[in-house]
Amino acid sequence: MIRINCPYCGERDHSEFSYGGDATINYPSLESSEKEWTEAIFFRKNIRGFQLETWHHSNGCRMWLEVERSTVTHEIKSVRPCHPDLQKVVENNK
Amino acid sequence: MKSKRLNNLGKINRDKTLNFTWDNKRLSGFEGDSLASALLANNIGIVGRSFKYHRPRGIFSSGVEESGALVTIGSKDRRDPNVRATTQELYDGLKASGQNAFPNVNFDLGGINNYIGRFFAAGFYYKTFMGIPPFEWGKGTAIWMLFEKLIRKAAGMGSASRLPDPDSYEHAHDFCDVIVVGSGPSGVAAAIEAAEKKLDVILVEQDSELGGNQLSENDFSTSNIFNQLKSLGVKIMTRTTAFGLYDNCVVGLLERVTDHLSIPDSTLPRQRFWTIRAKHIIVGSGALERHIAFNNNDIPGVMTVNASKHYLNRYGVLTGEDIVIATNNDSVYETASELSEAGANVTVLDSRTNIEVNSNKNFEIREGFVPYNINGRKKIDSLDISKSEDINKVDTINCDQVLLSGGWSPAVHLLSHRGVKPKWDTDNACFIPNDTKENITMIGSSRGLWNKDDCIASGVAGATDALNRLGISKTNYFFPKPGGWKNPIKPLYEIKYKKSRSKSFVDYQHDVTADDVRLAHREGFISVEHLKRYTTLGMANDQGKMGNIIGLSLMADLLNKEIPEVGTTVFRPPYTPVPVGALSGRNVGKHFRPLRVTPMHQWNIDHGAKMIEVGLYQRPWYYPKQNETLSDSYIREATVVRKTVGICDVTSLGKIAVQGPDATEFLNRIYSNAFAKLQVGKARYGIMLRDDGIVMDDGTSWRLSENEYFMTTSTAAAAKVMAWLEELLQTRWTNLKVNVTSVSEQWAGAAVAGPKSREVLNECVEDPSLITNENFPFMGVISTFLKGKIPCRIARISFSGELAFEVYIKSDFANTMMDLLWENAQKFNGCLYGLEALGALRVEKGHVTGAELDGRVTIDDAGLGKMASIKKSYIGSAMRKRGVLSADNRETLVGFFPTDLKETFNAGTIVCEKNNVKGQGIGRITSVTHSPELGHWIGIGFVEGGLDKWKNTTLVGADPVRNKQMDLKVVSPHMIDPKGERMYA
Repeated sequence: MIRINCPYCGERDHSEFSYGGDATINYPSLESSEKEWTEAIFFRKNIRGFQLETWHHSNGCRMWLEVERSTVTHEIKSVRPCHPDLQKVVENNK
Repeated sequence: MKSKRLNNLGKINRDKTLNFTWDNKRLSGFEGDSLASALLANNIGIVGRSFKYHRPRGIFSSGVEESGALVTIGSKDRRDPNVRATTQELYDGLKASGQNAFPNVNFDLGGINNYIGRFFAAGFYYKTFMGIPPFEWGKGTAIWMLFEKLIRKAAGMGSASRLPDPDSYEHAHDFCDVIVVGSGPSGVAAAIEAAEKKLDVILVEQDSELGGNQLSENDFSTSNIFNQLKSLGVKIMTRTTAFGLYDNCVVGLLERVTDHLSIPDSTLPRQRFWTIRAKHIIVGSGALERHIAFNNNDIPGVMTVNASKHYLNRYGVLTGEDIVIATNNDSVYETASELSEAGANVTVLDSRTNIEVNSNKNFEIREGFVPYNINGRKKIDSLDISKSEDINKVDTINCDQVLLSGGWSPAVHLLSHRGVKPKWDTDNACFIPNDTKENITMIGSSRGLWNKDDCIASGVAGATDALNRLGISKTNYFFPKPGGWKNPIKPLYEIKYKKSRSKSFVDYQHDVTADDVRLAHREGFISVEHLKRYTTLGMANDQGKMGNIIGLSLMADLLNKEIPEVGTTVFRPPYTPVPVGALSGRNVGKHFRPLRVTPMHQWNIDHGAKMIEVGLYQRPWYYPKQNETLSDSYIREATVVRKTVGICDVTSLGKIAVQGPDATEFLNRIYSNAFAKLQVGKARYGIMLRDDGIVMDDGTSWRLSENEYFMTTSTAAAAKVMAWLEELLQTRWTNLKVNVTSVSEQWAGAAVAGPKSREVLNECVEDPSLITNENFPFMGVISTFLKGKIPCRIARISFSGELAFEVYIKSDFANTMMDLLWENAQKFNGCLYGLEALGALRVEKGHVTGAELDGRVTIDDAGLGKMASIKKSYIGSAMRKRGVLSADNRETLVGFFPTDLKETFNAGTIVCEKNNVKGQGIGRITSVTHSPELGHWIGIGFVEGGLDKWKNTTLVGADPVRNKQMDLKVVSPHMIDPKGERMYA
């Protein structure tokens, strides 16, 4: 079972979380073209090794987290809030 | 075989007799017995019949690797098939019976399979699919259907009870620093070392007693270990199997709480399914003794050497009188000596020569000899033996038991669960564990250590490894080298029988013989994974604990390779079977999934509601009067709503508070229609699209103040929408100053719908002047007070198409609100209405819900294209017209009437063109109802090209599931009051 160290709640079972998706996508602006959106929505890398992904602590603090996880071993290198301001808060409290 | 109970030896309590039955025969054993030891004490030799050939089978082992003594325990609703007699503790009143035999295991008509066995060789199932040679007679499914019935009856194991399980099971959770699996010398040493260093330690033992294989020793006592561990604060879990290792040092345990009791405490669960989250795992799971393949090596009376020792020293049972031990290693000599001392006549065949043995030699050793063939059918009469160098029968020994030791296989299963492949140790002829980066350490004989001092040293080393990895210490440690016997083991897997048609078993339980492995090789199934599937080698309950290595060696031999080159199959959880009951735990019956009720749940029931589950919510379905049926009731309710007024619990809708200076901008981005200019005190119906342009959900948002909105979502999508809004705010639009809070549980809601709804509200609010048509227009929102100064929010919105309001109140006041609304609705001959009437009313109006917005539908498909703003960009706006989503012949929302208005139809009906009723048709009906207003059945759904294309054409509704067909007329989905005059009244 994957255990995720939520910066707010501590280490919890992955069953408390919902998987989001690729955390590296820069979603285009709403005004952007269909082509740019197509790139952002449908094309994904199939990474072997560490990838940055989002997880939602849906049965916990409700925060969206950026998790660096190995797709091979499930090893998790880092967990931090997706929101940049919250990232700073967590960093400062360390 | 002549097995018997001795008057001395063993750790059983001879003062306490336990009565039990075996195939309805009354027998007795002692406290401390296993079912297997009690059967042996009663000289029961045949305890089962084999899977395919129905050959008589006895007890092969004394532990979890048992592949012969699989029996059924209990009766009726507590009948438990395929229980290993070797691990089942005896209790008073235990009922056990043999399985896979008719009429019984002693005399089994299925035994005929043994003589026609060549038809059942490996790949039998696959070959019957191909028809019977030489003309592939019966090829196809017909013959398979015939065979399947016969095979299912003839092959297989016990059958499970079909009655509901009367027992309860529990899920339990725990945390610790170190979990130690196995309480043999190494495990105990590791637990002590870790506990002395102040770690929080759990020790798990599958047996009822601590000690591991020391329980097979004459002079071993478990109580000292127990007390020492207890005093160090180790949490000891016996009768508990670590069945699997998972990511992040999570261990799955199965604790058998009452399986050993005559009359279990009714407050206890039968079994507990534990999830342990550890920081480090130490596995001392021991090693399993292998058998040797030779002709008739499965006749009752064949057993592993260590099992015989276990029965002798733990249970005081001598398993034979004239015993031949066949070995290729040193582990048997202590046993030989002890069996001899206990009164057996023992001969050891050692395949090796020039060996040095430390023992008092009260038995004969024949060096350089191997077993060749067992004579006998239901019991052993004699054993033909051969020289190990030149295989041929050279002598015959009269005996009633043959004990086998073909070497030992470390139980590397748990490490294998983590994807760590074991490595082959040529010196010790076994797979030993590889290192892993994870916090898992293998110790004891599961590392390939054969003597006790090495095992203890490895336990201490394992604990030190754990301490180091946890950063508590930095101490050097070393593990002893695998091995530990004086004379090296000489690999011995199979002794080939010279005559054809040998029955030389590799996997006892699945009746896989050495010939089957050779057949698989001949037919090209040479990869280990193919071999396994083709022959079913290692796929029985024991998962190849005894036979896998023999199978591998045979294949290696055929391929002219070494065993490690052939590979090893991957062991997967569970180590031993886990009952489904334990997996489901308490999540059965009413607790199968959570139940959500609205705050007026009891109020609804008290007022006669029949409830229905929607999502997880219990919602009022209909409120029958006297003997009304569902359709009587909903038709009346819908009629009353259109005529006077109805009250409906709508609490289950999702409710989200959207607050902050950028709330308006936020809503304007997520809804397809304009929200930028929504005034305070107004609500708007909105549609949200997904990124890819498909409709996600619909609902209303009420502007309560400059920076605060109250959003409603559909019941089913509430959680999804909430998570979506959070995702957008936390990951994409992080500069927006908006906060979203789920307030679904905080607010109770009721719809008041119908021409008299305003008059009802007049009676209910403190200040009726607020709700005149002028002050409170359609889509208006007010925050006011119900009578009794109860604050509430009211919006004038309509799902039914009538003049209607939704009233929301803090959940605590739900009953007060319902009392108040209902009391006044009755004054106007109103009614309570449920989900069925709600559905009828909305279908009449052509309003879409989850049945229509199924994740494939665009906003245009749903007929709501005018709600897609072209003046702004929003989520999904770039994608909603992409490619196929803008095709001309998209299925779009329409209404359906049956051409014959007396006809009915169902949701799910496939819409087809006349004379072309096939496949997926050209559309589908998604929601239907009887329309009280129109007086016949109506439906909404989708059809290619929409209303304009088909309004003058008769189509056909095909309902193959219900074997029904009817002619359809396509109409506008807005079947009643299309201009909405009633809503604005």
